Amino acid sequence: MSLKDAPPRLELSGITKRYPSVIANQDIDLLVQPGEIHALLGENGAGKSTLMKIVYGVVKPDTGSIFWNGQAVQIRSPAQARTLGIGMVFQHFSLFDTLTVAQNIALALDQKQDMQALSARISEVSTRYGLPLEPDRLVHLLSVGERQRVEIVRCLLQEPQLLIMDEPTSVLTPQAVRKLFETLRRLAAEGCSILYISHKLDEIRELCDTATVLRGGKVTGTANPKIESSKSLAELMIGKELPAYNRTQQRQVGEPRLVINDLSRATDDPFGTSLEHIQLTVHAGEIIGIAGVSGNGQQELLYALSGEKPGISTEVLIKGQAAGGLDAAGRRDLGLRFVPEERLGRGAVPEMSLELNALLTGYANGLSKSGFTQYAKIREFSKACIERFNVKAAGPEAAAKSLSGGNVQKYIVGRELMLNPEVLVIAQPTWGVDVGAASFIRQTLLDLSNTGVAVLVISEELDELFEICDRIAVIAAGQLSTAKPVAETSIEEIGLLMGGMRTSPATEQRAI
Amino acid sequence: MDTNTLILMLVATVAAAIPLIFAALGELVVEKSGVLNLGVEGMMIVGALFAFIVAAETGQLWLATLVGALAGATMALIFGFITLSLMANQVATGLALTIFGVGLSAFIGQGYTSVALDGIKNLDIPVLSSLPVVGKLLFSYNILVYLAFAAFIAVTWFLYKTRAGLILRAVGESPSSAHALGYRVIRIRYLAVLFGGAMAGLAGAYLSLAYTPLWAEGMTAGRGWIALALVVFATWRPGRVLIGALLFGGVTIAQFHVQGLGVEIPSQFLSMLPYLATIIVLVLISRDAGVIRLNAPASLGQPWHNELH
Repeated sequence: MSLKDAPPRLELSGITKRYPSVIANQDIDLLVQPGEIHALLGENGAGKSTLMKIVYGVVKPDTGSIFWNGQAVQIRSPAQARTLGIGMVFQHFSLFDTLTVAQNIALALDQKQDMQALSARISEVSTRYGLPLEPDRLVHLLSVGERQRVEIVRCLLQEPQLLIMDEPTSVLTPQAVRKLFETLRRLAAEGCSILYISHKLDEIRELCDTATVLRGGKVTGTANPKIESSKSLAELMIGKELPAYNRTQQRQVGEPRLVINDLSRATDDPFGTSLEHIQLTVHAGEIIGIAGVSGNGQQELLYALSGEKPGISTEVLIKGQAAGGLDAAGRRDLGLRFVPEERLGRGAVPEMSLELNALLTGYANGLSKSGFTQYAKIREFSKACIERFNVKAAGPEAAAKSLSGGNVQKYIVGRELMLNPEVLVIAQPTWGVDVGAASFIRQTLLDLSNTGVAVLVISEELDELFEICDRIAVIAAGQLSTAKPVAETSIEEIGLLMGGMRTSPATEQRAI
Repeated sequence: MDTNTLILMLVATVAAAIPLIFAALGELVVEKSGVLNLGVEGMMIVGALFAFIVAAETGQLWLATLVGALAGATMALIFGFITLSLMANQVATGLALTIFGVGLSAFIGQGYTSVALDGIKNLDIPVLSSLPVVGKLLFSYNILVYLAFAAFIAVTWFLYKTRAGLILRAVGESPSSAHALGYRVIRIRYLAVLFGGAMAGLAGAYLSLAYTPLWAEGMTAGRGWIALALVVFATWRPGRVLIGALLFGGVTIAQFHVQGLGVEIPSQFLSMLPYLATIIVLVLISRDAGVIRLNAPASLGQPWHNELH
């Protein structure tokens, strides 16, 4: 296919966008050729999303020009972007849960649709690209992978010349990622350009032809990801060398600290998942990971473990004591510490200062006395936490919501760690956290388990689980697989389990 | 109770339900777009007053009805400007709108409390209206009653069968997603709010022109609040709004009859019954959390602005 003579599909020149407190994009140049899969690489806050919103007409740039197939254009709205032939698949899907697949797609098409004809077209396009969909199903009944298919098919129906994918694989199983890549390569071969936003380096190396790296709102380099190593790309991205993990190979595993004993929970939420016979033991000095595509019961399991939704007392044992009936405070008294997935709102009160947020879980550990708050101690505790865990904040008085996601997470993890945990349950420890902070948090968890704490990590990042865990279990459709030692399993096998393929019944070999 | 009384009671039930049908259908559309306007009572009573004034001054009942709807829509425009353009809190603004409407109507309406008015007459359709039973039950109402039922069909059809209705529901479900697809969230919400105001105004016009053709301070008597409750307890479904409104009308009429029979129950207690019965019944039939989650607009009451997200 000769596309050499054609003008570039998309050319950005000198794009700048300022927000009151931050320059999101500064003097950005970007060139995407027809049929090219072009990676946009950068940490959270590097300005990738803003740049894509500018291309898709959601945000207007302050200065700079956009050329589309060689013509200077101004993209004022998403509708205009679609007319030009630009489609976008959003990171947090822009779907409407209570509408059907076909209705969701109809909403994105600009002309009035005959629903019957549309359903037929959806089926046709979805089979052509290997993206099976049922047009009449309600979106909230779909798995995350299926939702993404809806988004992609929605774009494909408009026959785009440029498809923007914002972190498309963060919610997919490894197998689904492979299928997605096949689809994308096929589209590219048909001449459609793809702008692929991600921070997952191995994926970019596998899929993309060119990579533009952003850091702090500026382009820091363009690279050929097929030649570069993940390490060199990461260093372009974070601007410094990546630290290596320090992990003790021979680990001492102690007595069972957290036992989940035949935990079943029916849900009355139509968007929820029922838990069925969950069985797991976490020993002292051990890190166990629970992998799974979100929405497979992780939330329900976390509520049952944290004590936010207590149940039958023998379902959860903490240090041998029946704790299933206790509330969150009762379990904390037994030595359980908990870091939820939602940092603001559940892990911390956004409007309150960091020091007052320390009081939230630390009141029983000397931060209050006979019902009175000990402000001097709280401040001391908060300062120590900020220092020890490298939290970038104006000080203990800074409101939690003024911190970036990674720094809030470091503070919350630090707070729980300073409160002498014996069991730590942590969800998505590095979700939305930049590479530097993520490796810091992972190292902290490794160090913690070396001191004899039992750690349970629930995460969607398989690489992370393989890096830090001793054993990994998979949650799918509310059922938990047997936790397997990391050395005896593979990303392949875990991926199959995440997709709902069961290999063995969930019995605990090292049970009580 | 003979057939004749029963027919009269059914007819009266429908007549009593009409203001709720108008107001609740309007509020349903507003809430489906994600906006919570607690000012229904205020918009309704302002609609009632202005419709009455125009009728009393000009004798033009059609014009009066139209002005009633416009007055409601004007009130809604104030609400829309404050909550959608200035992004103020919807609950507080809605409450203030009701207080404002009740006060304003009492003030302007002072001179009209003793004015007599020939209200909107019931239709007298040749042949049909004089049919036995059916004629009374179906063909003897005033035109606004038929308009209310037409509005019910139109709103249901609009919400579930048209593309515009789909867009409106999508905006209420997730304004950010709708915006990302290129829909003009604020404009769509303005239109919904204006429609809600006009419908509340119509409900008021029906009260002061047809139901009880007179002006009395506070004559809406909490019907705006009941309309609001109807929408929520009907889990945002037009069919249940209609059932709830008719139920309210039915209990209202039944308790009048009980009062007329001279039963030894305090009349205040009986007057309370329609409100209580409607809410209890709707709560009981709408307990299903799943149904609520599928029908409730997910963004209800949350201010939204392009630059915030």
